[in-house]
Amino acid sequence: MNRWLLLLVAMLYLVSLAVGPAWWPWRLGTEVGWTIVWELRVPRATLGMLIGGVLGLSGAVLQGWLRNPLAEPGVIGVSACAGFAAVCAFYSGLAAAFVLALPLAGIAGAALAVALLMGAVRAGTGTVSLLLMGVAINAIAAALISLVLALSPNPFAYQEISLWLAGSIVDRDLRYLAIAAPFMILGAAIVLGAGRWLDALSLGEDTARSLGADTRSLGLRLTLGVGLMVGAATSVAGVVGFVGLIAPHLVRARVAFRPGATLVPSMLVGAALVLGADIVVRLLPTASELQLGVFTSLVGAPFLVRAVRKAHAAWLAT
Amino acid sequence: MTVTAAAIAVRGLVSRRGPAVILDGIDLAFASGEVTAIVGPNGAGKTTLLRHLAGLDVPAAGQVELRGQPLGSLGPAIRAWSIAYLPQAASAYWPLRARDLVALGRLPHGADLSRPTNTRDSEAVQRALHRVDGLRLAERPIDTLSQGERARMMMARALATEAAVLLADEPVASLDPAYALETMGILRAEAARGACVIVVLHDLGLAARFADRIVVLANHKVAADGPPAMALAAGVIDAAYGVTFRHVTVDGVPQPVAWERRDNY
Repeated sequence: MNRWLLLLVAMLYLVSLAVGPAWWPWRLGTEVGWTIVWELRVPRATLGMLIGGVLGLSGAVLQGWLRNPLAEPGVIGVSACAGFAAVCAFYSGLAAAFVLALPLAGIAGAALAVALLMGAVRAGTGTVSLLLMGVAINAIAAALISLVLALSPNPFAYQEISLWLAGSIVDRDLRYLAIAAPFMILGAAIVLGAGRWLDALSLGEDTARSLGADTRSLGLRLTLGVGLMVGAATSVAGVVGFVGLIAPHLVRARVAFRPGATLVPSMLVGAALVLGADIVVRLLPTASELQLGVFTSLVGAPFLVRAVRKAHAAWLAT
Repeated sequence: MTVTAAAIAVRGLVSRRGPAVILDGIDLAFASGEVTAIVGPNGAGKTTLLRHLAGLDVPAAGQVELRGQPLGSLGPAIRAWSIAYLPQAASAYWPLRARDLVALGRLPHGADLSRPTNTRDSEAVQRALHRVDGLRLAERPIDTLSQGERARMMMARALATEAAVLLADEPVASLDPAYALETMGILRAEAARGACVIVVLHDLGLAARFADRIVVLANHKVAADGPPAMALAAGVIDAAYGVTFRHVTVDGVPQPVAWERRDNY
Protein backbone atom coordinates (compact mmCIF):
# COMPACT_ATOMS: atom_id res chain seq x y z
CA MET A 1 0.00 0.00 0.00
CA ASN A 2 2.81 2.40 0.92
CA ARG A 3 4.32 2.10 -2.55
CA TRP A 4 1.07 3.16 -4.23
CA LEU A 5 0.60 6.01 -1.79
CA LEU A 6 4.12 7.21 -2.47
CA LEU A 7 3.38 7.17 -6.18
CA LEU A 8 0.17 9.14 -5.59
CA VAL A 9 2.02 11.76 -3.55
CA ALA A 10 4.68 12.07 -6.26
CA MET A 11 2.04 12.55 -8.96
CA LEU A 12 0.14 15.15 -6.96
CA TYR A 13 3.40 16.95 -6.26
CA LEU A 14 4.09 17.24 -9.98
CA VAL A 15 0.53 18.39 -10.70
CA SER A 16 0.89 20.96 -7.92
CA LEU A 17 3.96 22.36 -9.69
CA ALA A 18 1.96 22.72 -12.88
CA VAL A 19 -1.34 24.23 -11.73
CA GLY A 20 -1.90 27.92 -11.23
CA PRO A 21 -2.52 31.20 -13.06
CA ALA A 22 0.34 30.18 -15.33
CA TRP A 23 -0.08 26.54 -16.32
CA TRP A 24 2.97 24.37 -16.96
CA PRO A 25 5.29 27.31 -16.20
CA TRP A 26 8.41 25.37 -17.22
CA ARG A 27 7.07 25.11 -20.75
CA LEU A 28 7.35 28.88 -21.13
CA GLY A 29 11.05 28.16 -21.50
CA THR A 30 11.82 31.60 -20.19
CA GLU A 31 13.53 32.82 -17.08
CA VAL A 32 10.15 33.96 -15.73
CA GLY A 33 8.78 30.46 -16.13
CA TRP A 34 11.59 28.92 -14.13
CA THR A 35 11.34 31.65 -11.51
CA ILE A 36 7.66 30.74 -11.06
CA VAL A 37 8.61 27.10 -10.66
CA TRP A 38 11.43 27.63 -8.19
CA GLU A 39 10.22 30.65 -6.23
CA LEU A 40 6.50 29.92 -6.08
CA ARG A 41 5.50 26.41 -7.04
CA VAL A 42 8.27 24.34 -5.47
CA PRO A 43 7.99 25.96 -2.02
CA ARG A 44 4.21 25.72 -2.19
CA ALA A 45 4.10 22.07 -3.25
CA THR A 46 6.86 21.05 -0.84
CA LEU A 47 5.20 22.84 2.07
CA GLY A 48 1.87 21.28 1.15
CA MET A 49 3.42 17.84 1.07
CA LEU A 50 5.29 18.29 4.37
CA ILE A 51 2.40 19.93 6.19
CA GLY A 52 -0.04 17.28 5.02
CA GLY A 53 2.42 14.57 5.96
CA VAL A 54 3.02 15.83 9.48
CA LEU A 55 -0.67 16.53 10.07
CA GLY A 56 -1.63 13.01 8.94
CA LEU A 57 1.15 11.54 11.05
CA SER A 58 0.21 13.67 14.07
CA GLY A 59 -3.38 12.51 13.77
CA ALA A 60 -2.29 8.87 13.70
CA VAL A 61 0.06 9.40 16.66
CA LEU A 62 -2.54 11.23 18.76
CA GLN A 63 -5.23 8.66 17.96
CA GLY A 64 -2.99 5.76 18.88
CA TRP A 65 -1.62 7.42 21.97
CA LEU A 66 -4.91 8.72 23.33
CA ARG A 67 -6.64 5.53 22.12
CA ASN A 68 -9.32 7.56 20.46
CA PRO A 69 -10.29 7.84 16.79
CA LEU A 70 -11.48 11.43 17.23
CA ALA A 71 -8.16 12.83 18.38
CA GLU A 72 -6.84 15.26 15.79
CA PRO A 73 -4.62 18.34 16.13
CA GLY A 74 -7.36 20.69 14.87
CA VAL A 75 -10.34 19.17 16.67
CA ILE A 76 -8.72 18.95 20.11
CA GLY A 77 -7.11 22.37 20.10
CA VAL A 78 -3.46 21.64 19.35
CA SER A 79 -3.48 23.68 16.14
CA ALA A 80 -5.45 26.50 17.78
CA CYS A 81 -2.97 26.70 20.63
CA ALA A 82 -0.08 26.75 18.17
CA GLY A 83 -1.93 29.45 16.21
CA PHE A 84 -2.36 31.60 19.31
CA ALA A 85 1.32 31.29 20.18
CA ALA A 86 2.24 32.24 16.61
CA VAL A 87 -0.09 35.27 16.71
CA CYS A 88 1.63 36.36 19.92
CA ALA A 89 4.98 36.05 18.19
CA PHE A 90 3.68 38.30 15.37
CA TYR A 91 2.33 40.94 17.69
CA SER A 92 5.18 41.07 20.13
CA GLY A 93 7.44 41.79 17.19
CA LEU A 94 9.50 38.74 18.04
CA ALA A 95 8.73 37.19 14.68
CA ALA A 96 10.20 40.21 12.91
CA ALA A 97 13.22 40.44 15.18
CA PHE A 98 14.17 36.80 15.19
CA VAL A 99 13.41 34.50 12.30
CA LEU A 100 12.94 31.32 14.33
CA ALA A 101 10.58 32.96 16.83
CA LEU A 102 7.49 32.08 14.79
CA PRO A 103 8.02 28.32 14.49
CA LEU A 104 9.38 28.09 18.04
CA ALA A 105 6.31 29.85 19.42
CA GLY A 106 4.06 27.56 17.39
CA ILE A 107 5.89 24.49 18.67
CA ALA A 108 5.66 25.66 22.29
CA GLY A 109 1.92 26.32 21.91
CA ALA A 110 1.28 22.92 20.33
CA ALA A 111 3.34 21.07 22.96
CA LEU A 112 1.48 22.87 25.76
CA ALA A 113 -1.88 21.78 24.32
CA VAL A 114 -0.72 18.17 23.92
CA ALA A 115 0.50 18.09 27.52
CA LEU A 116 -2.82 19.46 28.80
CA LEU A 117 -4.70 16.84 26.78
CA MET A 118 -2.56 14.02 28.08
CA GLY A 119 -3.26 15.22 31.61
CA ALA A 120 -6.98 15.09 30.88
CA VAL A 121 -6.73 11.58 29.50
CA ARG A 122 -4.66 10.38 32.48
CA ALA A 123 -6.98 11.84 35.07
CA GLY A 124 -10.30 11.43 33.35
CA THR A 125 -12.61 9.11 31.60
CA GLY A 126 -11.43 8.82 28.03
CA THR A 127 -13.30 10.27 25.10
CA VAL A 128 -15.52 12.65 27.02
CA SER A 129 -12.76 14.32 29.00
CA LEU A 130 -10.50 14.39 25.94
CA LEU A 131 -13.07 16.15 23.77
CA LEU A 132 -14.14 18.51 26.56
CA MET A 133 -10.51 19.44 27.14
CA GLY A 134 -10.16 19.98 23.39
CA VAL A 135 -13.25 22.21 23.35
CA ALA A 136 -11.85 24.19 26.28
CA ILE A 137 -8.43 24.64 24.65
CA ASN A 138 -10.03 25.63 21.34
CA ALA A 139 -12.29 28.15 23.08
CA ILE A 140 -9.50 29.67 25.15
CA ALA A 141 -7.14 29.88 22.18
CA ALA A 142 -9.86 31.45 19.99
CA ALA A 143 -10.74 33.98 22.70
CA LEU A 144 -7.12 34.92 23.26
CA ILE A 145 -6.53 35.32 19.53
CA SER A 146 -9.58 37.60 19.34
CA LEU A 147 -8.25 39.57 22.29
CA VAL A 148 -4.86 40.06 20.67
CA LEU A 149 -6.52 41.08 17.40
CA ALA A 150 -8.85 43.50 19.20
CA LEU A 151 -5.85 45.15 20.81
CA SER A 152 -4.23 45.52 17.43
CA PRO A 153 -3.93 49.17 16.39
CA ASN A 154 -3.69 48.28 12.70
CA PRO A 155 -6.73 47.04 10.72
CA PHE A 156 -4.56 45.65 7.94
CA ALA A 157 -2.64 43.49 10.36
CA TYR A 158 -5.99 42.28 11.67
CA GLN A 159 -7.06 41.13 8.23
CA GLU A 160 -3.70 39.65 7.45
CA ILE A 161 -3.68 37.56 10.62
CA SER A 162 -7.28 36.39 10.12
CA LEU A 163 -6.47 35.17 6.63
CA TRP A 164 -3.29 33.53 7.82
CA LEU A 165 -5.13 31.73 10.61
CA ALA A 166 -7.63 30.32 8.13
CA GLY A 167 -4.81 28.23 6.77
CA SER A 168 -3.01 28.72 3.49
CA ILE A 169 0.27 27.97 1.77
CA VAL A 170 -0.05 30.68 -0.91
CA ASP A 171 3.02 32.88 -1.37
CA ARG A 172 5.19 31.00 1.07
CA ASP A 173 8.67 31.33 -0.37
CA LEU A 174 11.73 29.18 0.21
CA ARG A 175 12.49 31.08 3.40
CA TYR A 176 9.37 29.68 5.10
CA LEU A 177 10.23 26.23 3.88
CA ALA A 178 13.76 26.50 5.25
CA ILE A 179 12.49 27.63 8.66
CA ALA A 180 9.74 25.06 9.11
CA ALA A 181 10.93 21.95 7.29
CA PRO A 182 13.72 20.94 9.70
CA PHE A 183 11.34 21.05 12.67
CA MET A 184 8.68 19.04 10.86
CA ILE A 185 11.19 16.41 9.74
CA LEU A 186 12.73 16.21 13.21
CA GLY A 187 9.28 15.78 14.79
CA ALA A 188 8.39 13.03 12.33
CA ALA A 189 11.67 11.23 13.03
CA ILE A 190 10.97 11.39 16.76
CA VAL A 191 7.53 9.79 16.57
CA LEU A 192 7.97 7.31 13.72
CA GLY A 193 9.87 4.82 15.89
CA ALA A 194 7.18 4.75 18.58
CA GLY A 195 4.80 2.49 16.67
CA ARG A 196 5.22 -0.64 18.75
CA TRP A 197 4.45 1.20 21.96
CA LEU A 198 1.33 2.65 20.36
CA ASP A 199 0.38 -0.96 19.58
CA ALA A 200 0.96 -1.88 23.23
CA LEU A 201 -1.21 1.03 24.36
CA SER A 202 -4.20 -0.47 22.60
CA LEU A 203 -4.40 -2.72 25.70
CA GLY A 204 -4.45 0.28 28.05
CA GLU A 205 -1.69 2.01 29.94
CA ASP A 206 -1.17 -0.60 32.69
CA THR A 207 -0.84 -3.52 30.30
CA ALA A 208 1.41 -1.47 28.02
CA ARG A 209 3.68 -0.83 30.99
CA SER A 210 3.66 -4.52 31.88
CA LEU A 211 4.81 -5.17 28.29
CA GLY A 212 7.79 -2.91 28.81
CA ALA A 213 6.49 0.47 27.65
CA ASP A 214 7.97 3.37 29.59
CA THR A 215 4.81 5.44 29.33
CA ARG A 216 6.32 8.55 30.91
CA SER A 217 9.21 8.88 28.48
CA LEU A 218 6.91 7.84 25.65
CA GLY A 219 4.57 10.69 26.63
CA LEU A 220 7.40 13.20 26.57
CA ARG A 221 8.65 11.88 23.26
CA LEU A 222 5.25 12.05 21.57
CA THR A 223 4.45 15.47 23.07
CA LEU A 224 7.73 16.80 21.71
CA GLY A 225 7.25 15.15 18.31
CA VAL A 226 3.66 16.27 17.79
CA GLY A 227 4.54 19.71 19.17
CA LEU A 228 7.38 20.09 16.65
CA MET A 229 5.27 18.89 13.73
CA VAL A 230 1.99 20.71 14.39
CA GLY A 231 3.70 23.80 15.79
CA ALA A 232 5.97 24.21 12.77
CA ALA A 233 3.16 23.41 10.31
CA THR A 234 0.77 25.88 11.93
CA SER A 235 3.34 28.63 12.15
CA VAL A 236 3.84 28.65 8.35
CA ALA A 237 0.40 27.63 7.12
CA GLY A 238 -2.09 28.56 9.83
CA VAL A 239 -4.72 26.08 10.91
CA VAL A 240 -5.32 23.33 8.34
CA GLY A 241 -7.92 21.22 10.05
CA PHE A 242 -9.23 17.68 9.74
CA VAL A 243 -6.35 16.22 7.72
CA GLY A 244 -5.14 14.44 10.85
CA LEU A 245 -8.61 13.04 11.40
CA ILE A 246 -9.27 11.81 7.89
CA ALA A 247 -5.89 10.33 7.01
CA PRO A 248 -5.73 7.65 9.75
CA HIS A 249 -9.40 6.85 9.12
CA LEU A 250 -8.75 6.06 5.50
CA VAL A 251 -5.92 3.66 6.27
CA ARG A 252 -6.90 2.06 9.59
CA ALA A 253 -9.04 -0.81 8.31
CA ARG A 254 -6.40 -1.64 5.68
CA VAL A 255 -3.76 -2.24 8.35
CA ALA A 256 -6.10 -4.29 10.60
CA PHE A 257 -6.37 -1.42 13.12
CA ARG A 258 -2.80 -1.73 14.36
CA PRO A 259 -1.98 1.78 15.63
CA GLY A 260 1.72 1.51 14.83
CA ALA A 261 1.06 0.38 11.27
CA THR A 262 -1.16 3.44 10.60
CA LEU A 263 1.72 5.90 11.05
CA VAL A 264 3.49 5.80 7.68
CA PRO A 265 0.38 5.37 5.49
CA SER A 266 -1.37 8.18 7.42
CA MET A 267 1.58 10.44 6.71
CA LEU A 268 1.42 9.66 2.99
CA VAL A 269 -2.37 10.04 2.83
CA GLY A 270 -2.09 13.35 4.70
CA ALA A 271 0.46 14.60 2.19
CA ALA A 272 -1.79 13.53 -0.69
CA LEU A 273 -4.84 15.18 0.89
CA VAL A 274 -3.19 18.57 1.39
CA LEU A 275 -1.50 18.51 -2.02
CA GLY A 276 -4.85 17.60 -3.57
CA ALA A 277 -6.79 20.21 -1.60
CA ASP A 278 -4.23 22.87 -2.49
CA ILE A 279 -4.66 21.98 -6.18
CA VAL A 280 -8.46 22.11 -5.90
CA VAL A 281 -8.50 25.57 -4.28
CA ARG A 282 -6.44 26.83 -7.23
CA LEU A 283 -8.90 25.36 -9.71
CA LEU A 284 -12.12 26.51 -7.99
CA PRO A 285 -13.65 29.47 -9.83
CA THR A 286 -13.72 31.76 -6.78
CA ALA A 287 -12.91 35.46 -7.06
CA SER A 288 -10.01 35.20 -4.67
CA GLU A 289 -8.49 31.85 -3.94
CA LEU A 290 -10.28 29.89 -1.20
CA GLN A 291 -8.20 29.40 1.95
CA LEU A 292 -6.75 25.90 2.17
CA GLY A 293 -7.81 25.49 5.81
CA VAL A 294 -11.35 26.61 4.97
CA PHE A 295 -11.54 24.02 2.23
CA THR A 296 -10.20 21.14 4.36
CA SER A 297 -12.66 22.06 7.12
CA LEU A 298 -15.60 22.22 4.70
CA VAL A 299 -14.75 18.78 3.39
CA GLY A 300 -13.45 17.37 6.66
CA ALA A 301 -16.11 18.41 9.16
CA PRO A 302 -18.80 16.16 7.64
CA PHE A 303 -16.21 13.42 7.90
CA LEU A 304 -15.96 14.05 11.63
CA VAL A 305 -19.73 13.84 11.93
CA ARG A 306 -19.68 10.51 10.12
CA ALA A 307 -16.80 9.25 12.25
CA VAL A 308 -18.63 10.11 15.45
CA ARG A 309 -21.75 8.33 14.27
CA LYS A 310 -19.93 5.25 13.08
CA ALA A 311 -17.51 5.13 15.99
CA HIS A 312 -17.27 1.76 17.58
CA ALA A 313 -19.54 1.61 20.65
CA ALA A 314 -16.61 0.53 22.78
CA TRP A 315 -14.54 3.51 21.69
CA LEU A 316 -17.13 5.98 22.87
CA ALA A 317 -17.84 4.07 26.06
CA THR A 318 -14.24 4.18 27.23
CA MET B 1 9.86 -23.67 49.87
CA THR B 2 12.99 -21.71 50.70
CA VAL B 3 13.55 -18.02 50.12
CA THR B 4 16.16 -18.57 47.43
CA ALA B 5 13.78 -20.72 45.38
CA ALA B 6 11.22 -17.91 45.15
CA ALA B 7 10.51 -16.76 41.62
CA ILE B 8 9.04 -13.56 42.99
CA ALA B 9 8.58 -12.26 46.52
CA VAL B 10 7.38 -9.22 48.45
CA ARG B 11 9.21 -8.09 51.60
CA GLY B 12 7.55 -5.83 54.13
CA LEU B 13 5.37 -4.37 51.40
CA VAL B 14 3.38 -1.31 52.42
CA SER B 15 1.09 0.34 49.89
CA ARG B 16 -0.73 3.62 50.41
CA ARG B 17 -3.25 5.47 48.31
CA GLY B 18 -3.35 8.96 49.71
CA PRO B 19 -3.78 8.61 53.48
CA ALA B 20 -5.35 5.14 53.17
CA VAL B 21 -3.18 2.09 53.77
CA ILE B 22 -4.03 -0.60 51.20
CA LEU B 23 -1.39 -3.17 52.12
CA ASP B 24 0.25 -3.12 55.52
CA GLY B 25 3.51 -5.04 55.74
CA ILE B 26 3.08 -8.05 53.46
CA ASP B 27 5.75 -10.77 53.30
CA LEU B 28 5.18 -13.47 50.71
CA ALA B 29 7.36 -15.61 48.48
CA PHE B 30 6.02 -17.43 45.42
CA ALA B 31 7.64 -20.52 43.97
CA SER B 32 7.95 -21.62 40.35
CA GLY B 33 5.69 -24.46 39.27
CA GLU B 34 2.91 -23.51 41.68
CA VAL B 35 -0.49 -21.91 41.31
CA THR B 36 -1.13 -19.50 44.16
CA ALA B 37 -4.63 -18.10 44.53
CA ILE B 38 -5.07 -14.76 46.28
CA VAL B 39 -8.52 -14.46 47.81
CA GLY B 40 -10.20 -12.11 50.23
CA PRO B 41 -13.07 -9.67 50.53
CA ASN B 42 -13.46 -6.61 48.30
CA GLY B 43 -11.02 -3.89 49.23
CA ALA B 44 -8.59 -6.25 50.95
CA GLY B 45 -5.85 -5.22 48.52
CA LYS B 46 -5.72 -8.23 46.19
CA THR B 47 -5.49 -6.21 42.98
CA THR B 48 -3.03 -3.80 44.59
CA LEU B 49 -0.79 -6.71 45.60
CA LEU B 50 -0.85 -8.00 42.03
CA ARG B 51 -0.04 -4.52 40.65
CA HIS B 52 2.97 -4.32 42.96
CA LEU B 53 4.11 -7.76 41.83
CA ALA B 54 3.81 -6.53 38.23
CA GLY B 55 5.89 -3.46 39.04
CA LEU B 56 3.04 -1.09 38.15
CA ASP B 57 2.85 0.57 41.58
CA VAL B 58 5.70 1.85 43.70
CA PRO B 59 5.64 0.59 47.33
CA ALA B 60 5.51 3.11 50.16
CA ALA B 61 7.84 0.78 52.06
CA GLY B 62 9.37 -2.63 51.47
CA GLN B 63 10.06 -4.06 48.05
CA VAL B 64 9.25 -6.67 45.43
CA GLU B 65 12.04 -9.06 44.50
CA LEU B 66 12.33 -10.94 41.25
CA ARG B 67 14.63 -13.94 41.79
CA GLY B 68 16.19 -12.11 44.70
CA GLN B 69 16.72 -8.83 42.80
CA PRO B 70 14.74 -5.74 43.77
CA LEU B 71 12.17 -5.19 41.01
CA GLY B 72 12.71 -1.43 41.10
CA SER B 73 16.36 -1.86 40.12
CA LEU B 74 15.53 -3.89 37.00
CA GLY B 75 14.68 -2.03 33.81
CA PRO B 76 11.22 -2.18 32.22
CA ALA B 77 12.52 -4.53 29.52
CA ILE B 78 13.67 -7.25 31.95
CA ARG B 79 10.54 -6.83 34.04
CA ALA B 80 8.31 -7.22 30.96
CA TRP B 81 10.30 -10.23 29.82
CA SER B 82 9.97 -11.99 33.20
CA ILE B 83 6.47 -11.07 34.35
CA ALA B 84 3.28 -11.36 32.33
CA TYR B 85 0.31 -9.43 33.71
CA LEU B 86 -3.34 -9.97 32.80
CA PRO B 87 -5.46 -7.19 34.32
CA GLN B 88 -9.04 -7.52 35.47
CA ALA B 89 -11.60 -7.19 32.65
CA ALA B 90 -8.80 -6.81 30.09
CA SER B 91 -9.94 -5.07 26.93
CA ALA B 92 -8.53 -3.50 23.77
CA TYR B 93 -9.28 -0.05 22.41
CA TRP B 94 -9.16 -1.07 18.75
CA PRO B 95 -10.78 -4.04 16.97
CA LEU B 96 -7.43 -5.73 16.42
CA ARG B 97 -7.16 -9.10 14.74
CA ALA B 98 -6.95 -11.81 17.42
CA ARG B 99 -3.55 -12.96 16.23
CA ASP B 100 -2.17 -9.41 16.41
CA LEU B 101 -3.58 -9.03 19.89
CA VAL B 102 -1.83 -12.19 21.03
CA ALA B 103 1.37 -11.08 19.28
CA LEU B 104 1.45 -8.01 21.57
CA GLY B 105 2.61 -10.49 24.21
CA ARG B 106 5.83 -10.78 22.21
CA LEU B 107 6.72 -7.08 22.50
CA PRO B 108 9.05 -7.82 25.46
CA HIS B 109 10.96 -10.13 23.12
CA GLY B 110 11.42 -7.33 20.61
CA ALA B 111 8.52 -8.08 18.28
CA ASP B 112 6.96 -5.24 16.26
CA LEU B 113 3.51 -5.70 14.74
CA SER B 114 4.41 -3.40 11.85
CA ARG B 115 7.27 -5.66 10.77
CA PRO B 116 7.24 -9.29 9.66
CA THR B 117 7.38 -11.51 12.76
CA ASN B 118 10.35 -13.81 13.20
CA THR B 119 9.89 -17.56 13.56
CA ARG B 120 10.40 -17.63 17.33
CA ASP B 121 7.69 -15.04 17.90
CA SER B 122 5.18 -16.55 15.50
CA GLU B 123 5.72 -19.97 17.06
CA ALA B 124 5.14 -18.56 20.54
CA VAL B 125 1.94 -16.89 19.33
CA GLN B 126 0.83 -20.15 17.77
CA ARG B 127 1.56 -22.06 21.00
CA ALA B 128 -0.36 -19.52 23.07
CA LEU B 129 -3.34 -19.70 20.72
CA HIS B 130 -3.21 -23.47 20.91
CA ARG B 131 -3.14 -23.47 24.72
CA VAL B 132 -6.34 -21.46 24.91
CA ASP B 133 -7.89 -23.47 22.09
CA GLY B 134 -8.16 -20.30 20.04
CA LEU B 135 -6.51 -21.21 16.75
CA ARG B 136 -9.76 -21.16 14.84
CA LEU B 137 -10.47 -17.60 16.05
CA ALA B 138 -7.00 -16.29 15.24
CA GLU B 139 -7.86 -14.37 12.09
CA ARG B 140 -11.03 -12.70 13.42
CA PRO B 141 -11.20 -9.11 14.66
CA ILE B 142 -11.72 -9.23 18.40
CA ASP B 143 -14.88 -7.13 18.30
CA THR B 144 -16.59 -10.05 16.54
CA LEU B 145 -15.74 -12.45 19.40
CA SER B 146 -17.95 -13.26 22.36
CA GLN B 147 -16.88 -12.06 25.78
CA GLY B 148 -15.62 -15.51 26.71
CA GLU B 149 -13.65 -15.83 23.47
CA ARG B 150 -12.18 -12.38 23.94
CA ALA B 151 -11.11 -13.26 27.50
CA ARG B 152 -9.38 -16.32 26.08
CA MET B 153 -7.47 -14.18 23.59
CA MET B 154 -6.42 -11.83 26.38
CA MET B 155 -5.16 -14.87 28.29
CA ALA B 156 -3.31 -16.04 25.17
CA ARG B 157 -1.71 -12.59 24.95
CA ALA B 158 -0.34 -13.03 28.48
CA LEU B 159 0.79 -16.61 27.75
CA ALA B 160 2.59 -15.59 24.55
CA THR B 161 5.22 -13.74 26.59
CA GLU B 162 6.18 -17.15 28.06
CA ALA B 163 7.32 -15.33 31.18
CA ALA B 164 8.58 -16.99 34.35
CA VAL B 165 5.86 -15.28 36.38
CA LEU B 166 2.21 -15.09 35.29
CA LEU B 167 -0.10 -12.72 37.16
CA ALA B 168 -3.84 -12.91 36.44
CA ASP B 169 -6.38 -10.63 38.11
CA GLU B 170 -9.79 -12.32 38.29
CA PRO B 171 -9.47 -14.06 34.93
CA VAL B 172 -12.77 -15.89 35.45
CA ALA B 173 -14.80 -12.93 36.76
CA SER B 174 -17.32 -12.77 33.92
CA LEU B 175 -17.01 -16.26 32.48
CA ASP B 176 -19.54 -19.07 32.50
CA PRO B 177 -18.61 -22.31 34.34
CA ALA B 178 -17.23 -24.03 31.26
CA TYR B 179 -14.91 -21.14 30.37
CA ALA B 180 -13.99 -20.72 34.04
CA LEU B 181 -12.93 -24.36 34.37
CA GLU B 182 -11.03 -24.15 31.10
CA THR B 183 -9.21 -21.00 32.23
CA MET B 184 -8.18 -22.57 35.52
CA GLY B 185 -6.96 -25.62 33.60
CA ILE B 186 -4.82 -23.33 31.42
CA LEU B 187 -3.27 -21.73 34.52
CA ARG B 188 -2.52 -25.18 35.98
CA ALA B 189 -0.84 -26.21 32.73
CA GLU B 190 1.34 -23.08 32.88
CA ALA B 191 2.45 -24.02 36.40
CA ALA B 192 3.16 -27.57 35.20
CA ARG B 193 5.45 -25.99 32.60
CA GLY B 194 7.37 -24.35 35.45
CA ALA B 195 5.80 -20.91 35.59
CA CYS B 196 5.03 -19.19 38.86
CA VAL B 197 1.30 -18.52 38.56
CA ILE B 198 -0.40 -16.03 40.87
CA VAL B 199 -4.11 -15.53 40.36
CA VAL B 200 -6.65 -13.33 42.14
CA LEU B 201 -9.94 -15.18 42.53
CA HIS B 202 -13.33 -14.52 44.07
CA ASP B 203 -14.56 -18.09 43.67
CA LEU B 204 -13.24 -19.99 46.71
CA GLY B 205 -14.39 -23.31 45.27
CA LEU B 206 -12.29 -22.86 42.13
CA ALA B 207 -9.36 -21.68 44.24
CA ALA B 208 -9.57 -24.79 46.42
CA ARG B 209 -9.69 -27.08 43.40
CA PHE B 210 -6.99 -25.57 41.24
CA ALA B 211 -4.53 -23.80 43.53
CA ASP B 212 -1.58 -25.40 45.31
CA ARG B 213 -1.62 -22.61 47.81
CA ILE B 214 -4.12 -19.99 48.90
CA VAL B 215 -3.28 -16.60 50.39
CA VAL B 216 -6.20 -14.97 52.20
CA LEU B 217 -5.93 -11.19 52.38
CA ALA B 218 -8.13 -9.36 54.85
CA ASN B 219 -7.86 -5.95 56.46
CA HIS B 220 -4.76 -5.16 54.36
CA LYS B 221 -2.80 -8.07 55.87
CA VAL B 222 -2.25 -11.76 55.18
CA ALA B 223 -4.94 -13.56 57.20
CA ALA B 224 -3.96 -17.06 56.12
CA ASP B 225 -1.45 -18.67 53.79
CA GLY B 226 -1.17 -22.35 53.01
CA PRO B 227 -2.69 -25.28 51.18
CA PRO B 228 -6.44 -24.95 50.47
CA ALA B 229 -7.58 -27.17 53.36
CA MET B 230 -5.70 -24.98 55.79
CA ALA B 231 -6.26 -21.51 54.30
CA LEU B 232 -9.98 -22.08 53.80
CA ALA B 233 -10.57 -23.53 57.28
CA ALA B 234 -13.64 -22.38 59.14
CA GLY B 235 -11.93 -20.14 61.67
CA VAL B 236 -9.98 -18.29 58.98
CA ILE B 237 -12.33 -17.33 56.19
CA ASP B 238 -15.39 -16.78 58.36
CA ALA B 239 -13.57 -13.99 60.15
CA ALA B 240 -11.89 -12.69 56.99
CA TYR B 241 -15.13 -12.30 55.04
CA GLY B 242 -17.50 -11.64 57.95
CA VAL B 243 -19.62 -14.48 56.62
CA THR B 244 -20.56 -17.85 58.04
CA PHE B 245 -19.52 -20.50 55.53
CA ARG B 246 -20.93 -24.01 55.21
CA HIS B 247 -17.88 -26.19 54.84
CA VAL B 248 -18.62 -28.90 52.33
CA THR B 249 -16.02 -31.31 51.01
CA VAL B 250 -16.38 -32.69 47.48
CA ASP B 251 -14.00 -35.47 46.41
CA GLY B 252 -11.70 -34.47 49.25
CA VAL B 253 -11.58 -30.81 48.14
CA PRO B 254 -13.00 -28.18 50.50
CA GLN B 255 -15.79 -26.19 48.83
CA PRO B 256 -16.85 -23.46 51.24
CA VAL B 257 -20.29 -22.05 50.55
CA ALA B 258 -21.09 -18.57 51.81
CA TRP B 259 -24.25 -18.99 53.85
CA GLU B 260 -25.02 -16.08 56.11
CA ARG B 261 -23.66 -12.64 56.88
CA ARG B 262 -22.20 -12.38 60.33
CA ASP B 263 -23.45 -9.11 61.78
CA ASN B 264 -21.46 -9.17 64.99
CA TYR B 265 -17.97 -9.97 63.83
